[in-house]
Amino acid sequence: MEFLDPLLLARWQFGLTTLYHFIFVPLTLGMALSVAIFQTAWVRTANLKWLHLTRFFGKIFLINFAMGVVTGIVQEFQFGMNWSSYSRFVGDVFGAPLAFEGLMAFFFEATFIGLWIFGWDKLPKGLHLASIWIATAGAWFSAYFILAANAFMQNPVGYQMAQDGGRAEMNDFLAVLTNPVALAALPHTLFAAFMMTAGVIISIAAWHLLRKQNVEMMRTALKYGLWGMIVAFAGVALSGDQLSLVMVQTQPMKMAAAEAMFDSACGADASFSIFTLGTPDGTSELFSIRVPYLLAFLSTHSLDGCVEGINDLNMLYTTEMFPQFADQVDGNFAPTLWITYWAFRWMIGLGGVAALTAVVGLWLTRKKAKRDVPAWAWKLAIWAWPASLVAILVGWVFTEMGRQPWIVFGLMLTEDGVSPNVPGWNVLISLVAFTAIYAILAVVEVGLILKTAHAGPEPLPEPGSEPQHTSVEDTPTTVY
Amino acid sequence: MDLAYLWFFIVGVLFVGYFVLDGFDFGVGMSLPFLGKDDIGRRQIINTIGPVWDLNETWVIVAGACLFAAFPEWYATLFSGFYLPLLLILLALILRGVSFEYRHQRDSLKWKKGFDTMIVVGSAVPALLWGVAVGNIVQGVPIDADFEFTGSLLTLLNPYGLWVGVTTLLLFFLHGVYFIALKTDGQVKTDAEALARKLAIPTVIFAAGCVVWTIAIAAGRDAPLLWLTIACGVIAAVALLASVVANLAKRDGWSFTAGAVTIVFAVLTLWTALFPFVMPSSTDPANSLTIANASSTEYTLTIMTWAAVIFLPLVLLYQGWTYWIFRKRVSRTRIERAEALAAH
Repeated sequence: MEFLDPLLLARWQFGLTTLYHFIFVPLTLGMALSVAIFQTAWVRTANLKWLHLTRFFGKIFLINFAMGVVTGIVQEFQFGMNWSSYSRFVGDVFGAPLAFEGLMAFFFEATFIGLWIFGWDKLPKGLHLASIWIATAGAWFSAYFILAANAFMQNPVGYQMAQDGGRAEMNDFLAVLTNPVALAALPHTLFAAFMMTAGVIISIAAWHLLRKQNVEMMRTALKYGLWGMIVAFAGVALSGDQLSLVMVQTQPMKMAAAEAMFDSACGADASFSIFTLGTPDGTSELFSIRVPYLLAFLSTHSLDGCVEGINDLNMLYTTEMFPQFADQVDGNFAPTLWITYWAFRWMIGLGGVAALTAVVGLWLTRKKAKRDVPAWAWKLAIWAWPASLVAILVGWVFTEMGRQPWIVFGLMLTEDGVSPNVPGWNVLISLVAFTAIYAILAVVEVGLILKTAHAGPEPLPEPGSEPQHTSVEDTPTTVY
Repeated sequence: MDLAYLWFFIVGVLFVGYFVLDGFDFGVGMSLPFLGKDDIGRRQIINTIGPVWDLNETWVIVAGACLFAAFPEWYATLFSGFYLPLLLILLALILRGVSFEYRHQRDSLKWKKGFDTMIVVGSAVPALLWGVAVGNIVQGVPIDADFEFTGSLLTLLNPYGLWVGVTTLLLFFLHGVYFIALKTDGQVKTDAEALARKLAIPTVIFAAGCVVWTIAIAAGRDAPLLWLTIACGVIAAVALLASVVANLAKRDGWSFTAGAVTIVFAVLTLWTALFPFVMPSSTDPANSLTIANASSTEYTLTIMTWAAVIFLPLVLLYQGWTYWIFRKRVSRTRIERAEALAAH
């Protein structure tokens, strides 16, 4: 029966659990840094508003972090559970960055976050501040090792095939760690994570400012979020440009699929379509809006550069590069085009929308502004976060769906990576269980974040009132 | 191939670390309905592991990743073969983890009760199933010539596997109750000492049976480290008895330490019985996964060894320091004060 096809179910499960996990990851990466920055500002200026912002966004960070941790374990286990043939094939190369991540990054992150949460009254100020910075560094190193492992699937390097051809064996770990795909994907991912975090901070600040609550603190948070968004967008754009150059070199089919371009083209003909209406099977185009030269420039940094099309690449792959796989994929090495085409555009478009929101926000809140920020602007700004979150998620959909039909580019097809001995109904049970639990947890999580966000930070003392004792020493260690 | 043997040991150490550390987390979770008479009591119990449960759980992630990197074949056969038990463990760990974080987020007894139930289930299920899984690894499961597991869920629910599962369940439970006695005061502490006394007899019975049965399995296939298996089993048994005696004498520190030693040597008993296999095949001994045929290349293992040699001691150092920072008992009055402050 079709719906019990283990391959299809395993792919759905991986896609679902990975995207779900990646809702929490970017907020962890960006919010850890933001909380560290707020706390540093407090330690340096002794201004109470920074302390309250630290605590407030710290709470949101922790609600989110818990989900990131528990959904992360699933990721590691399911390589073995659903993709055992893949694991046997690449374990010698792919396992090492995962093990490094655990030993060198994740242990740090988990330990020092515990110290930070519970250490307010137990650690000296400097050491307590250091623990959030160490946790941040741990999270970022984690991201690097995971991206290095993923980069091997996009662009395998630093390996040789075993003599019997049964597996890939690592022969250059440095090459695995400095995979050009990983080096470009790391800043792209981190900046994107920061965009999403900035979006969350802008949303929360706008919600409070609309109601004229906690105005002083929320003004500060808003300014941080708006500038952060713009700086991060610049970083995302620059690193994205670098990533697409690398992609054209390593996975030209993915670039062709991003544009759904069948025939190779140069210069003005290598145009970038902003919008296309095609026949349902995607083979021919009815209407489109195109920018000439843009695709050539994105792919090669030259206006008269050439970009290979799907047909030519299929010919090359079938006859020269991967003839041994040609029959299995019926001569078509292209991914599902409507997914790659639209995911690529939604990623760029939504990222742009998020950045534009920030520019408008800075204009409306500038010092010389003659009138108050209108209510509609605050209401619109509350929706700053979903744009960057969805941009990130469709970005990953593009990256991973664009890799198909390969699980490791050029070495192994996705359909050959699945566990051969796991019956479809087992995968179905696990898919249903994860979907159900994740859906329930999403409701709980969103409810808690909204409740915390609406409650807002501890208010600042009224000017002129009795100086309150800074509450750090009184913080109960029993936070659970 | 020598490094592969070192990695068999390192992966063992990582699982020892995981079972000792998350073991008492499981026990603490399971004890909630027995020791948590009111919400303050339950908060007192949960807060004993509050700052550390997350880093304890991290050990299984690192152990799993190192198993993958050092023994890809073992990882692939084990994780695809033991599919449903591992799925249950994952779901349980998810529920337990979010419950710790979310139970205190709303001031409603109903909300908290719901999460308390999930903490109990989320602790008991892995405590049982990890034992079932390790027991089956040691005993051997049906594996074909392609190293693929050919059994089903029912294959794993055999007498020895279940016996080891109940043993780990009881050991972790007892270990967690010792931890509570060490880390709390007042009624909860007194109740914990009493509960540990009740748990002692069934735990000793199951653990003794487990040691004897494991030694018999090892002897049955002429395990080269049989004498080590016997020695580790004896040490585990002595440590367990010592923990019971220490508890009777109300020496909380000693009973917890002896409980930890018990788990260390219980895992080593199983690990040495397994050597030199990593997953013996019950179908045909020739299909067995061994340290030699399941491991990564010498190159990969060399790099991993450097990482482990440099970072494992560092990890132990800063995690030990973390436990030192949080060494104080979680007192009832402190939580009451915190609640008064929060209500203020």
